[in-house]
Amino acid sequence: MSTPYAKLPAWADYGLIPLINLSIAFVVAGFVVMLVGENPFRAAVILVEGAFGKGTGIAFTLFYATTFIFTGLSVAVAAHCSLFNIGTEGQAYIGGLGIALVCLSFDSVLPWWVIFPIAIVAAAAFGALWGLIPAYLQAKRGSHIVITTIMFNFIAASVMVYLLVGALKPAGSQAPQTRNFLAGAELPKLNWVIELFGAKIRSAPLNICFLLALVMAFLVWLLIWRTRLGYEMRTYGHSPKAARYAGISETRIIITAMMISGALAGMMALNPVMGDQHNVAIDFVSGAGYVGIAVALMGRLHPVGIVLAAILFGMLYQGGAELAFEMPAISRDMIVIIQGLVILFAGALEHMFRPYIQTLFASLSPKSVGMQTVKGTGA
Amino acid sequence: MDSFNAIIQVLDSTIRLSVPLLLACLAGLFSERAGIFDIGLEGKMLVGAFAGASAAAVFHSALIGLGMAILISVAFALVHGFASITHRGNQIVSGVAINFIAAGSTIILGQAWFSQGGRTPALQPDERFAAIIWPGADAIRDVPIIGPIYAELISGHSILVYFAFAMVPFTWWVLFRTRFGLRMRAVGENPAAVDTAGISVAWLRYRALICTGILTGVAGAYLSMVQNGGFVKDMTAGKGYIALAALIFAKWKPVNAMFACLLFGFLDAAAIRLQGSPLPIIGKVPVQFMQALPYVLTVILLAGFIGKAIPPRAGGVPYVKER
Repeated sequence: MSTPYAKLPAWADYGLIPLINLSIAFVVAGFVVMLVGENPFRAAVILVEGAFGKGTGIAFTLFYATTFIFTGLSVAVAAHCSLFNIGTEGQAYIGGLGIALVCLSFDSVLPWWVIFPIAIVAAAAFGALWGLIPAYLQAKRGSHIVITTIMFNFIAASVMVYLLVGALKPAGSQAPQTRNFLAGAELPKLNWVIELFGAKIRSAPLNICFLLALVMAFLVWLLIWRTRLGYEMRTYGHSPKAARYAGISETRIIITAMMISGALAGMMALNPVMGDQHNVAIDFVSGAGYVGIAVALMGRLHPVGIVLAAILFGMLYQGGAELAFEMPAISRDMIVIIQGLVILFAGALEHMFRPYIQTLFASLSPKSVGMQTVKGTGA
Repeated sequence: MDSFNAIIQVLDSTIRLSVPLLLACLAGLFSERAGIFDIGLEGKMLVGAFAGASAAAVFHSALIGLGMAILISVAFALVHGFASITHRGNQIVSGVAINFIAAGSTIILGQAWFSQGGRTPALQPDERFAAIIWPGADAIRDVPIIGPIYAELISGHSILVYFAFAMVPFTWWVLFRTRFGLRMRAVGENPAAVDTAGISVAWLRYRALICTGILTGVAGAYLSMVQNGGFVKDMTAGKGYIALAALIFAKWKPVNAMFACLLFGFLDAAAIRLQGSPLPIIGKVPVQFMQALPYVLTVILLAGFIGKAIPPRAGGVPYVKER
């Protein structure tokens, strides 16, 4: 079977096409804004100003971005192994359970810099375990990872609700959440970094998890492109047959990839739980796992792209909140639509414009698409 | 007699709760049998529910509501087709996208059009599908055993409930007794063979997706126009995913699908009925356990511990013509 698509220069493949797809998504979102009876251009201005106009806005944008970097990386690591992990949501939720157990046990005796590493390990371990079961079932019993991870999201939700209205809820309280953590489980803020640049910040939840997220992005790059394990994962992702032929154990690679993916998802919980809310409440993940899918697709599964895409979505979240103030007809759910459109155009329809761009490139400079060496293939 | 009445009531709500699952499950059956994975059932139901309730409220007609629900739901199904058939995109990604667009747009448009916090106006009785009382239902209501079964379980549901259950044999007939059904199953197993026979793979898959859209539209209309008197935001609440689970549980067969949906509906009804009251022998069962049970059962089934669920072979793979 011949590949239906010819090669494009790298900058077009990784820059131009995602940019076109993203623009289309925003144009369609603009039509929705018009349908609601508001001016899409004014909406865009409010959105960007809300996200980057003031120091507080920037801090909030980066706070949301932190969450999405974790979930985006989680989806991407699994995707490199051709596993579609929709279970990021549930893995993050269960990761929160691990954090809750650590914080509730130690927050009165230990300082944050001791609790933080323990919490990281606990969050990662709980998330990884929640990813392990679907991975095992895929590798050993052949059940489809997408379906099992969806099921595990719902099972995680039930487990967490059960615990949060029962064992984890402090006696005498009505709200379905844990007690508030003490100072020992509160992470230091990073707002001073933004204040260094002269911006004023009232109160924003940006915390050191942002740095952890950047470190993780680097480690994921290292893992995927600079280690044997990453190489094996990518091989399996491209061709399970080739991987089998090369002696790569299918079971091992699926389980490892999903556990790493689950661990990254679980670590996402650190940001809202220890950095902002200081408790574990029902549905604290609130869809960040699904945003991870959009972020990973948008970032083309590369850590740098994921960080940029996460900041974009952080901007949408923060700017969207401002937008809801200014334009009452537009609530924060507008972001959900944009998210869906980004997933549709950057993910499912990612090749829609490729043939046209190829034709364009071929007519402008045939060399750039390799037309001179192999005539008659592809476009 | 009391416990008998309680059983009748639980079974009655089982029927009511399993109808949207059944419609969505059969919808999924059409697309997955044709080789298109569809995790966008949830989203299509949601837009169907929203379109149905809005149109019914604006035009004061239940039928226009139903028509609109089907129309919009089919439109979303066609978007899924455009992405996954025409452009050979990842079907799961496309399904996720549809769920997001549905969740966001129903709230935004609902708020913009009706400004009731994402709800649509409460539907009047004549804008909904009324319950159909079967002949003689009231007359024999007091007859022991048969009376309540006839009057409560069989009679007294809306037309969409009967439609849903009538769709089970109809789907079976379409799938296993018509040329379209044969070709559709073939395209889900081996599209290349269908292509060789000179039949368009894409057009077959599009038609299967239109069937999916119609059924999810009816499922949505049932939620917002029968079960509830209007649209409430996120009212599908995971039913599309339970339907997907039921579809796997049913091993992609229509009659099994009905039993799977009745089972999941029964679990839901029982969870509502029990609400923490203790069961004999087992003791008190947490509500969350009952809610998680459909998912747990599906995972166990998928793991091959209760039989083996083998999906249509070409499922999830976009068809590329040899060139």
